[in-house]
Order: sequence, then structure tokens, then C-alpha cells
Amino acid sequence: MNLATQPENRVALTGNEAVAHAMKQINPDVVAAYPITPQTEIVQIFSGFVADGDVDTVFERVESEHSAMSAAVGAAAAGARAMTATSANGLALMWEILYIAASNRLPIVMPVVNRALSAPINIHCDHSDTMGARDSGWIQLFSENAQEAYDNTLQAIRIAEHPDVELPVMVCLDGFIISHAMDNLFMLPDEMVTKFIGLRKPEYSLLDVDNPATYGPLDLQDWYFEHKRQQVEGMKKALDVIPQIAVEYEELTGREYGFFEAYRASDAEALMIVLGSTAGTAKDVVDAMRDEGHPVGLIKLRTFRPFPMQQLVSALAGRRAVAVMDRSDTFSTAGGPLFHGVRHALYDCERAPLTSNYIYGLGGRDVKPHDLRKVFDDTLRMGESGRVSQPITYLGVRE
Amino acid sequence: MAINLRELSKKTIPFTGGHRMCAGCGAPIIVRQVLAAAEQPIAAGVATGCLEVATTIYPYSAWGTPLIHNAFENVAATVSGIEMAYRALKARGAVDKDIKFVAFGGDGGTYDIGLQSLSGAMERGHDMVYICYDNGAYMNTGIQRSSATPLGAETSTSPVGKRIPGKPGHRKNLTNIMAAHDIPYVAQTTPAHWRDLMTKVKKALAVEGPAFLNILSSCPLGWRIPDDSSISILRLAVDTCFWPLFEVENGSYQMNYEPKEKKPLSDWLKPQGRFRHLFRPENKHILEELQAEVDRNWERLLRLSKYDSE
Repeated sequence: MNLATQPENRVALTGNEAVAHAMKQINPDVVAAYPITPQTEIVQIFSGFVADGDVDTVFERVESEHSAMSAAVGAAAAGARAMTATSANGLALMWEILYIAASNRLPIVMPVVNRALSAPINIHCDHSDTMGARDSGWIQLFSENAQEAYDNTLQAIRIAEHPDVELPVMVCLDGFIISHAMDNLFMLPDEMVTKFIGLRKPEYSLLDVDNPATYGPLDLQDWYFEHKRQQVEGMKKALDVIPQIAVEYEELTGREYGFFEAYRASDAEALMIVLGSTAGTAKDVVDAMRDEGHPVGLIKLRTFRPFPMQQLVSALAGRRAVAVMDRSDTFSTAGGPLFHGVRHALYDCERAPLTSNYIYGLGGRDVKPHDLRKVFDDTLRMGESGRVSQPITYLGVRE
Repeated sequence: MAINLRELSKKTIPFTGGHRMCAGCGAPIIVRQVLAAAEQPIAAGVATGCLEVATTIYPYSAWGTPLIHNAFENVAATVSGIEMAYRALKARGAVDKDIKFVAFGGDGGTYDIGLQSLSGAMERGHDMVYICYDNGAYMNTGIQRSSATPLGAETSTSPVGKRIPGKPGHRKNLTNIMAAHDIPYVAQTTPAHWRDLMTKVKKALAVEGPAFLNILSSCPLGWRIPDDSSISILRLAVDTCFWPLFEVENGSYQMNYEPKEKKPLSDWLKPQGRFRHLFRPENKHILEELQAEVDRNWERLLRLSKYDSE
């Protein structure tokens, strides 16, 4: 019998509660955080764990997200397991230090509750915040529901601290849709989490005063490029490590994780690629359309950074048509960030499907089953016609 | 805590020569005095600035203590994170040594862009010492004005033009702002007063909780002074009462030095090229304003110090 799926380990929690409980079980050395909707609850709930002595964490409510990430950098460089959490403008304020955390190879884990970036100010879900950080050198894992947000948070610790990787990880969960909605999920028993994550074993530490090292030196034309090249190598290694950790996690929980979930995809002619909670709605639509005999399927991308190009190409080769769903825009007039990645990946594929892009759900605009059905209908038609009539569509917006 | 020169001369200071700071720069002298004063092992942070770029050029580092440079405006938050890690790791037995934490920043990284981060770290009460080396402008990027630049000083962004004679407005009184945080220890000093500086470092390291030292630092390039005049000009800053040596210990002001004869501010201004234009007849009123501001601050400090000692 699998301990992790025993009925007593089944709980009803919101996404934020699930993440806060994952943090409690991780029991990080240091948490520095600042409130922002819709992430606030994570920090509030965690504050309660600190106040009750349920965790050993040294916890500080710093004066900004910029300082939250700066303190996390200091703590991680000192050898601590450091975490924070944020959303939207908070992530944008951290932007400078996100790059520094990744470039100094500091394995900070940060849940990001996805919310639209200002302006206009809006507190609801889209992916513009984490997409703005997509080239910062962080690993980015997206979650469909509270269970995945919980599971991703635990796995993120292992991925980040793996000696071949040593990179920070963002665990992305959709604001309100996941963060504030009650969900059923299985938690691992505390001791199982403790054993799974182990202790952080840093190679260097600012507290190792007998072996002093300088972190973050000036690095000019003669070495900067080599260090950037090594950073890419860490990200490449993450492509090996992420599935290894997933296998270990599956052995504990029975829950399977990879770079993406292929849902009724093996014989699909029209596929949709999507990130986050929209995958749940899309699965329902796939089921309904399958019942009607339409060959549709879904790829739910979990790992956006590193971008699993080869694996995606293998999954998409030979299909007729793919709809790429972006919950943010690049304002390049050339489509959303996921579209850029997918279309680029397919360029050298001999049996590449046709691709089109749908930008949807900005600022929390609801995406309903009939919206996604329209996308599948269009995509099936695109596959039959053999041509892309409209490369970029803004879905569910007044134009 | 007495400072014994003979003992000091035997001490290995974990900050080597061979770094690329300019001759006559006050900052490396300050670092050496700080590290010489420390009896405990130090882990340090440094804000982006001259001190950082000239002492950590990869693959070299002048630092014999653990050091982190994160960014420009966040050395206080960064060092507060190290201090948090220390508490956590010490509690679970992963670290056994007693370590002290020091953040170094210039006036740009402290008075201006790093003020929020500094204020937050001091309010939270981390056991750390923040050291500002204040040379009164953004020297690293080429002598731009900061909020520490004195009235009338010429910098590359407050040039002396046909209409505007140098920097408009007085400097920010950061030491008082930090004293208003009601932290255990705040002090002002200069590396020309090494015994005063080192005594204050020892006090700052000894308190439990945050301490802040504002240290006037010469910049021969930005002040337009000869390399070998740094120490004498820093002494003049104190003897003219431009930069009083004082401390605020648990809220109580204490003047540490009163010159026998308070010299006119022009004695400090005159040797510095950045103030040369102030000695033209049409700028006489700026000199007077500067002197008046120094007098105001000095009298106020004397009052506070006298009040607190009674």
C-alpha cells in the first residue's frame, strides 16, 4: 500500500494552502517574503507555522520583494535552503535579482502565483509575470491544480539543489483559479518529505570562514562568457535531472511527472499545447470531443524552462495541426512566448504539424469549454485544409 | 577593547594589497581598519561600486574573508539574508563558529538607491554592521552627484555652468536618519582618525543587533585633490566640523571630538578642486550657506550631546 495515497493523507486545501503546507514540510532554513495578492496567503499561512513553532525556519517579513530575493540570495550563498514566494509586480520588482540568483547558481525555490502585470492594475491570473522572467535562468515548472503545485514544490527542492543543476526554480500556479480554489489532494507524510528532500549540501558557503570565497565578483571580457556557458550547461543537465527526480517521486506517490503530460495525444490529429490550470478545462473538452469521434488531444507543458525541445518535437511530429495557447503576449506582434518556443522547435522537424497561436485569458478573463472547443474546431480545420489561415488569434476578447 | 598598535602591527588583515583602488582612495583604508578592528571572523557583503569592482576582478579577489557582491541597492538585504542563514544553520548545528556580518556600501548605494534596503534591514534588527564609505558622489561611474554631495560641489551631473554653479541643495543627513531608526549603535568617523574608527567598529560589532557607521572617505579623482593629501583633508573635514566625530549609543548622542579651534569651512573646501568655483566673488553666498549649514549641524549635535550627557 502506498503511504502517500492512503485516505488519511487526502486533504482538501486551496492551492495557496497546499504550497504553504509543502513549505512547512520542507522546513526551509530561511524564508524572506513580502505580501502581494494572490500570493499573500502563502506567507500568512507560513507565518502561522513559524509563530506556532511548527517549523525551524528563520523567517523575515522584508520591506519589498526586491529585498526578499536579495535576502534569499544572501542566505542561499551562506549555504541555507532559502525560499520566498511572490506574484506579478512583486516578481517584476525582483527581476534584477532573479538573474543574479540564477547566475550565482543558487538553488532558491519560489512559488509564483501567476497574476497579470500592471498596467492596468489587475490581480487575476495570466502568465505575463513568469513569462517576463523566462530568460532569467530560472527553471520554471507550471502546475495544473493544487496537487501539482504541492508536488512541484517538493520536487523543485531536489531539482534546484542537484549538484549537476544548482539553479533556482519557480513553481508556477495560476492566481485564484488554483491559489484560492479548494481542491482535493494527497499530501505526503512529513517524514517522507524530510527523507525525499534530504539536507542541502552546498559546495561553498559564506559561513565557511576558514575557506573564504568571493561571490559575485566583477567578471569581464575574459571570463564572463565562460560562466554564462556553464550556466547553460546547468540548464541542460536539468533536462536529465527533472525526469530522474520525477521517477523517484512517482515511486513514493504513484503520481507521474515529466516535461509534459500527453493527454489522449498518441493518435490525435489536432493537439492543443497549454500551461497551467486551463489544462483541466481542456481535458474535459478533449473527452467530450473524443466521444463525438474527433481526433483531438492535449499536451500540458509542465517544464517551460528548460524548454524540452526534443521531447516536444517527438510528441508533435506527424500530427496535422497544433494550437499553442498563450496566457500572455510578447507584444512582438509575432505571437506569445510558448508559441515562439513551439514553432521554433518544429522548424527542423521533417513531419512538422501546422501551428497557430491563441492568446487568451489575460487579466483573468475566463476561458470556457466552448472557447476551447472553438480552438479545437479551428485546429482540426487547419489540419484538413493544410494551411494556416490565421497564425495568431486573440481568444475571447472584444475587438 | 583597547587598541594596541604593537598588537595590531602583528595582525594579518584579510584584505590584500594589489587591488586596483586608486592611490589615496579612502575606501580600502577603511576596509583594512574595519577588518583589523574585528576580533571575530567576518563574512561581508559589498554593494556595487568602486570598492567592489576594484577588489574582486575575477579570477582575483583582495578579500580574505568570505564576501558577496549581489547588486547596487541591496547589500543590506543581502547581508541580512546571510545573518538569517547563520542563525538557522547555527541552530541546527551546521555552523559552530561565532561570525559577525558587515555590509559595505558607498554613498550612492547607501544614501540613494540602497536606502530602502538599509532601512528595512535596520528595522528588522539583524545582528549586522552597515558601513557606508561616503565620498560624496557616484565616483565609480564617473563622479555624478548623489544625495551625499555637498551644496555647490561640481560633479559630472552638477557641472558648473553659466547659470548653475554646481550642485543645488544641501546633502542628506543620513547619520541622523539612521539614528532615528533607534538602532543600538550609530556613529560617524573617518579613516584619518583610525583609533576613533576602530573603536567604533569594535563597539558596532559588539552590540547585539544592527549598527551603522558613516565614514567620510576621500576620492582624489572626484574631490580633485593630490593623492597624498587624503588624510590631511579628511582631518580638515573634522576640524572644520563639516564631519563631526560622534556616536549615538542606544539613542544617546555623544560628541567624540571637539576641535580646540573650529576652523573655517573654507579650509576644507579650498584644497578641493570640486569647490574651486565657490571662491569666485559671485558665489560668495554659497560659501556662506555652506558654512551656515555646518554651523547649524554642529550646534545641534553639541546640544544633543550635551543634553544626553546631563
